[in-house]
Amino acid sequence: MQPIHLAWVDYSILLAYTVFVIGIGFALRRYMKTSADFFLSGRSIPAWVTGLAFMAANLGALELVGMSASGAKYGIATAHFYWVGAIPAMVFLAVFMMPFYYGSKARSVPEYLKLRFDERVRCLNSLTFAVMTVFASGISMNALAKLLHLLLGWNYHASLWICSAVVLVYVLKGGLTSAIYTEVLQFFMIVLGFAPVVFLGLKDMGGWDAVKGKLVDVAHHPAAFYLNDKTFQSDAWTSAWKPLLGGPSANPMGVDVFAIVFGLGFVLSFGYWCTNFLVVQRAMAAKDMTAARRTPLIAAIPKMIFPVLVILPGIIAISLAASPNKDYRLPLRSIMPGAYAPALADIKAANPGQIDAALAAVSKDIDLKVDKTKFSALVADVNAKAMTEDQIKERLQDTVAENDYDSIILSLVKRYCPSGLLGLALTALLASFMSGMAGNVTAFNTVWTYDLYQAYLAPNRTDRHYFLMGQSITVVGILLSIACAYFASHYSNAMDIVQLVFGFVNAPLFATFLLGMFWARATGTGAFLGLLGGTATSAIFHALTIASGNHPGIKGGYLWVAQTFPSEMAQNFWLATFAFTVCFVLTLVISLVTSRTKSDEELKGLVYSMTPKLKDGDQPWLLRPAVLGTLLLIGCVILNVIFW
Amino acid sequence: MGLDIRWPIGIMFSLLGALLLIFGAATSSDTEMYRHSLGININVIWGVLLLLFGGAMLLGAILGRKQPPKS
Repeated sequence: MQPIHLAWVDYSILLAYTVFVIGIGFALRRYMKTSADFFLSGRSIPAWVTGLAFMAANLGALELVGMSASGAKYGIATAHFYWVGAIPAMVFLAVFMMPFYYGSKARSVPEYLKLRFDERVRCLNSLTFAVMTVFASGISMNALAKLLHLLLGWNYHASLWICSAVVLVYVLKGGLTSAIYTEVLQFFMIVLGFAPVVFLGLKDMGGWDAVKGKLVDVAHHPAAFYLNDKTFQSDAWTSAWKPLLGGPSANPMGVDVFAIVFGLGFVLSFGYWCTNFLVVQRAMAAKDMTAARRTPLIAAIPKMIFPVLVILPGIIAISLAASPNKDYRLPLRSIMPGAYAPALADIKAANPGQIDAALAAVSKDIDLKVDKTKFSALVADVNAKAMTEDQIKERLQDTVAENDYDSIILSLVKRYCPSGLLGLALTALLASFMSGMAGNVTAFNTVWTYDLYQAYLAPNRTDRHYFLMGQSITVVGILLSIACAYFASHYSNAMDIVQLVFGFVNAPLFATFLLGMFWARATGTGAFLGLLGGTATSAIFHALTIASGNHPGIKGGYLWVAQTFPSEMAQNFWLATFAFTVCFVLTLVISLVTSRTKSDEELKGLVYSMTPKLKDGDQPWLLRPAVLGTLLLIGCVILNVIFW
Repeated sequence: MGLDIRWPIGIMFSLLGALLLIFGAATSSDTEMYRHSLGININVIWGVLLLLFGGAMLLGAILGRKQPPKS
């Protein structure tokens, strides 16, 4: 990809944004007096602000890039990550779980676990969570710095350190409030920066119906776009549910309805939205119980329509690629500079009569799939006429038959944005990464200070002490994130393992919270052993299963292949389902055979049956959480029916 | 917290809107550049939209200031 040239107006927009987020940090500095101000925003923020921050904190996790990639790969079915995999869980959090998180006066999710169960469960949860947030922000910052390097030709190290420094300054000055306020700013930046790109893309294609028409061609010949080796029914990219009913082989995701509804919609979705402190922390900062419960509901409204902004670009890209007159191709994966030399040697030595052998050799050299037709033409040309090395290199890159899905969103920004709008779109991209980092860092410093430092290392110090600790650990957290970013850039395979392990830990988590909040009999020992057992189940499940097309190893099946799934996504959903079930059953059984350590009185405010019911009678009828939640779910059903 | 977030959002988007609008108006004859955006001067259109959004936020902040502070 050729670096894009930015005009002064683009730099001005970037600069203005940076000045404003740092300015917010400084403006809030004078309100930071106690540790509660720094970590909990003094519980003083209105619901619409915490709601949008709730949404934006999750946005950073490579969502813009990743969801447009999935939009191209899987079509409208990607929206299941929103309408099945987010909204119901957000409604559940607001209506049923928030009263216990907020009402228990716990300052973090791990602290709730301590109040409800015991120190072991808290320790396990806070340790894994703290490490996970650092890695998550490191991965995201590595992606950002790489992107700025590729896209704008900026220096990788400078991009990484400068972006991290900006986040550091505003989090250090204004704590959680600063992170939440800038997340709201970033939310609007992302929406207003990407909406014109989607608008121009749709206009270019001639509207939604024209896009859908092209997707029929894509479904019939996905191999022509290097998407998939199979062919599908006409509606595989344009319907969300119908292709799933035909079983895993009938849709590009390779999943069935059960895996989507139970694996994604219940286990993974509730496990993330209802237990992850990164998002729950935003709701806990709300000014009162009513605002705390409204937070996820307010977040659910933009979440529901966000597929237009993040999935649609991928769908537009693939429909553009299917329109020959639009002169657009999905970006191809780049050949590593070091791989050219052996590949060039193999091409020059290739015998046109044995093209398959030559193709296999070159494909191995560059570690990418190669298009046979283009490759044969290249070998014929190399033999027929004198070509310079640069010409061969260029042609070789063109024979690559693997898409670089993560670059799709940028290829559209490049295609449609003149100077001015370009600056706005790039700033939006930058904002999405920064809000992700700030979200992780604020969750990390709170869990470290309250759940690890205060709990185990230095209890009973002054509030000032913990406040200063929070500021120092923010610096440490950012430095650790930068270290993780470098680690990710050098050892991307090791990073895959790290993410895999976190997947194992997260999969069973919701079972622990579900039993903890709604069953007074659940004991600390049951919860602790259940969690460990669930995590072990994930690891064993992964070691025994594999997705078709993958080789045993990091992708699973390294002990023995007991089951082959049609896709990695299916493997992942089933893994979560198994881990959840084992954790649930283990916690249940062990709780029944161990004795309770918490009295009914101690469980007041922590468990459903021991807590007086909240009265919503004083709120306007329409704004009561149950009513609002029901309306959101109805909206969700309507969307699913429209895109059935 | 003492700061109403609508102020910085309103000011920033009004500024960005004005910047895009002025830049768009100044470059409106540059048909080569606007070939990207299908011949539409998207900078002017989006500049106006950002100005409207920023203005609405500022209006909210001004109206909110006149109310007695809620506890």
